[in-house]
Amino acid sequence: MTSTPQSIDLGMPRSGLADVPGLAADATKQTKKDFTSDQEVRWCPGCGDYAVLAAVQGFLPDLGLRRENIVFVSGIGCSSRFPYYLDTYGMHSIHGRAPSIATGLATSRPDLSVWVVTGDGDALSIGGNHLIHALRRNVNITILLFNNKIYGLTKGQYSPTSDPGTITKSSPAGSIDTPFNPVSLALGAEASFVARTMDSDRAHLTEVLRQAAEHRGAAFVEIYQNCPIFNDGAFQLIKDRDSQAARLVRLVDGEPVTAGLEDSRQVLVREPNGSVVFVPEAEASGRPVVVHDAADPNPTAAFALSRLDDGTMTHVPMGVFRNIDRPTYDDLVRDQVRSAVDGAGRPADDASLDALLRGSDTWTVT
Amino acid sequence: MTTTPAQLDKVVIRFAGDSGDGMQLTGDRFTSDTAALGNDLSTLPNFPAEIRAPQGTLPGVSSFQLHFADHDVLTPGDSPDVLVAMNPAALKANLADVPRGATIIVNTDEFSKRNLSKVGYTVSPLEDGSLESWQVKPVALTSITVEALAEFDGLTRKEKERAKNMFALGLLSWMFSRTTAGTEAFLKSKFADQPEILAANLAALYAGLHYGETTEEFAVRYEVAPAAMPPGTYRNITGNTALAYGFIAASHRSGLPLVLGSYPITPASDILHVLSSQKRHNVMTLQAEDEIAGIGMALGAAFGGALGLTTTSGPGVALKSETIGLAVSLELPLVIVDVQRGGPSTGLPTKTEQSDLLQAMFGRNGESPVPIVAPQSPADCFDIALEAVRMATVYRTPVFVLSDGYLANGSEPWRIPAVSELPDIPVDFTTEPNAQDDDGNAVFHPYLRDSETLARPWAVPGTPGLEHRIGGIEKANLTGNISYDPDNHDLMVRLRAEKVAGIEVPDLEVDDPSGSADVLVLGWGSTYGPIAAATRETRSLGMRVARAHLRHLNPFPANLGEVLRAYPRVVVPEMNTGQLALLLRAAYLVDIQSVTQVRGLPFTTAELVQALTTAVDAGRPSVSATNGATR
Repeated sequence: MTSTPQSIDLGMPRSGLADVPGLAADATKQTKKDFTSDQEVRWCPGCGDYAVLAAVQGFLPDLGLRRENIVFVSGIGCSSRFPYYLDTYGMHSIHGRAPSIATGLATSRPDLSVWVVTGDGDALSIGGNHLIHALRRNVNITILLFNNKIYGLTKGQYSPTSDPGTITKSSPAGSIDTPFNPVSLALGAEASFVARTMDSDRAHLTEVLRQAAEHRGAAFVEIYQNCPIFNDGAFQLIKDRDSQAARLVRLVDGEPVTAGLEDSRQVLVREPNGSVVFVPEAEASGRPVVVHDAADPNPTAAFALSRLDDGTMTHVPMGVFRNIDRPTYDDLVRDQVRSAVDGAGRPADDASLDALLRGSDTWTVT
Repeated sequence: MTTTPAQLDKVVIRFAGDSGDGMQLTGDRFTSDTAALGNDLSTLPNFPAEIRAPQGTLPGVSSFQLHFADHDVLTPGDSPDVLVAMNPAALKANLADVPRGATIIVNTDEFSKRNLSKVGYTVSPLEDGSLESWQVKPVALTSITVEALAEFDGLTRKEKERAKNMFALGLLSWMFSRTTAGTEAFLKSKFADQPEILAANLAALYAGLHYGETTEEFAVRYEVAPAAMPPGTYRNITGNTALAYGFIAASHRSGLPLVLGSYPITPASDILHVLSSQKRHNVMTLQAEDEIAGIGMALGAAFGGALGLTTTSGPGVALKSETIGLAVSLELPLVIVDVQRGGPSTGLPTKTEQSDLLQAMFGRNGESPVPIVAPQSPADCFDIALEAVRMATVYRTPVFVLSDGYLANGSEPWRIPAVSELPDIPVDFTTEPNAQDDDGNAVFHPYLRDSETLARPWAVPGTPGLEHRIGGIEKANLTGNISYDPDNHDLMVRLRAEKVAGIEVPDLEVDDPSGSADVLVLGWGSTYGPIAAATRETRSLGMRVARAHLRHLNPFPANLGEVLRAYPRVVVPEMNTGQLALLLRAAYLVDIQSVTQVRGLPFTTAELVQALTTAVDAGRPSVSATNGATR
């Protein structure tokens, strides 16, 4: 098995894939077909999941990893069927628990690229606890949250991201729950990588996935995904070519945060009270323009960006909100074990275990 | 004054005081010094769930009972020969257990009006004659300790008072001819950085020893000769530590790294504590955000080829149930330790019970068989850990270990095994395709079973060519693909059941010296000691009683039905309301006399002797009508 040598510390963040064996330099280039399993895909016609699957299958060869070192773990829901369709290792687990299973796997196996596929119900309702703890611990896993703002597999109840007032089978008078903003939630949990993308924008989706995979630590990617059966058109305002231009805020690291095109371009500026607001470009001169800095250790600015969407989709930021380097849980766990073994001066063997069992207080019967 | 020690064959001592009085530590140290003298022993710590209940109150009483003898000890003892009561609450809470004639050492300094009224005494029991039937030894433990430490200017009065448990330990060590070398070494290591505290504790310990020697209050001292035990090197060990060490040993013998996913819960947390301090043995301990995540982490690690372990108590098992079901479906090795406590719900967190047997057996949705083993003593916890790992890895299945609060915190001497002589646990990961597809290509079938064990292959991520997907949704036999086929589900349910039922389990051994006993007493788990002690006593009274103990509860030993049918009456004592009895009746259609109590404490020998006597009597045709009707 070829393995990537330990990266040399140049003060640069280590890649999330640093310990995962790659293909030999002279190996045949992988294709989408190599990552496609023999299982028939069974999502509804027109489901956004197809586009995400195609993007992931198309993008995985670019990582140059050995297929056998990639694992997809999912929970329960439409999106959680994802692992069956990828010819990697996979586990379709139980509702909401995929992050905890992935944590155990990633911590004990640094040589694996571990992915979690989940949905808005799976990750934010039943599995909310595991999601926030995986993010705060900063486990080296990549979490893809397919957000369609509805429960699909149980046939159309409102979800923790459904808009207030959404009429569903379980909310005939309209949903009264205040929805989560998944990006705000992830930032609140101090996730080290937080991004948002969309099923229908293949290029953007692929670029975000690439950055997420290379991030060392928990990478959280919210993917807006259309459910044509139970919540069709939920993201139409930002998918429609005419309406999206003014609404989409494409986050580019190091660039001013803007919305709209040419004459109707708006620029995000900071108010004296610290809040941020879009103003027409012409009015922005002389005002403090917000320049996106995904590596800012302080999550405040990223959080403010996540709040630009007040639920009306007037302004919806897309891209990488946050990408910072901080120690990962699994690296720290392994470091503690390694230093305990090193500190003992020799590897654990029969003699060291005999000594443990004996302890300090023994007596002998002859 | 010099006294010649009187010889005793056994002694039961109970140290009782306020939660903050250091009774558990005192008991631990006395135990350790007793073990070093070669006595056999058994201990029972008993403490409140509250960390610090209000001082001097009944709920705040903490106690530690130790039974040591010149012969093999099976229980921590029914009733103390000596009670050390550090305050009125400790006296009141424990007096009912102390037989008349026994010795009670009381700390008179704490018998103030205020402390007496806290527990409802209007007159001091030391003065109203109510303790006349006991040998009361009043000692001003606190003030003598403070006096003995008069020269320690750097310590406050409160700090000096805190050393009174060492004074009590010194006094008891004199009474029972214990050496204090072990305690001295312990104090020196514990207070290495606090020389003044160390010196004060040592001074208090010696003061206690000298007090026994010089005061006429204690005219007699005792000796208990060493017990005849099999040759070997021994240590004292608690059940929780023995489990932790057992899993480290199993990890070592199997070559699988140990990964514990756990959420703190009484009385299981010590396993997490011990394992988290043993990283040197390649142990990873992940303290999870909840019980569900704890087992999820362990299962994820097992998917990756580690030895996955989760430790909890009954309420935690309830939360883990869905993941245990997933492990049943995935057919991956996993060990779940349930250190049982009183239930339902939060129940009695610090008290013992055996009431999770049916939860372990049936507490999941669907047909979800899980093997179950149960240790019978603190030291047996070590062996049961290895056995659980053997079953989990050979048969690719989650396995339950049912310990309990009594085993967890209780201790006994353990003959330390040589690691090289422990059972081997060979693990074979699958590395090659095991089937062919229709076109003759080599493929991997994750659910192609071993013909003998019915175990499926364990192919871990990182193995080229064996990429596969597994999940909790029903899988097609062999290929593991999603299947809703009715016949396939029926087959898979039966295969999983057959696999667990077919696990190789040693035959049940019966201890029946007469060969034709009138009564068989059958137990499981921590009732081993009380049952064995009661059996011994009934035999000494001339009764013919056979005894057997189950360490395997699912599957049962193959000869169990035969054993049950060989005896006219079968008595099954349990610390629940008859869970094993229910399983036995269902499986073997035999009559079972269920003897149960759920008081949060182990059975006493006396109550089991009573139950066995009743069972033996019931079989005697000559029982007269006058005395045979009441039971």
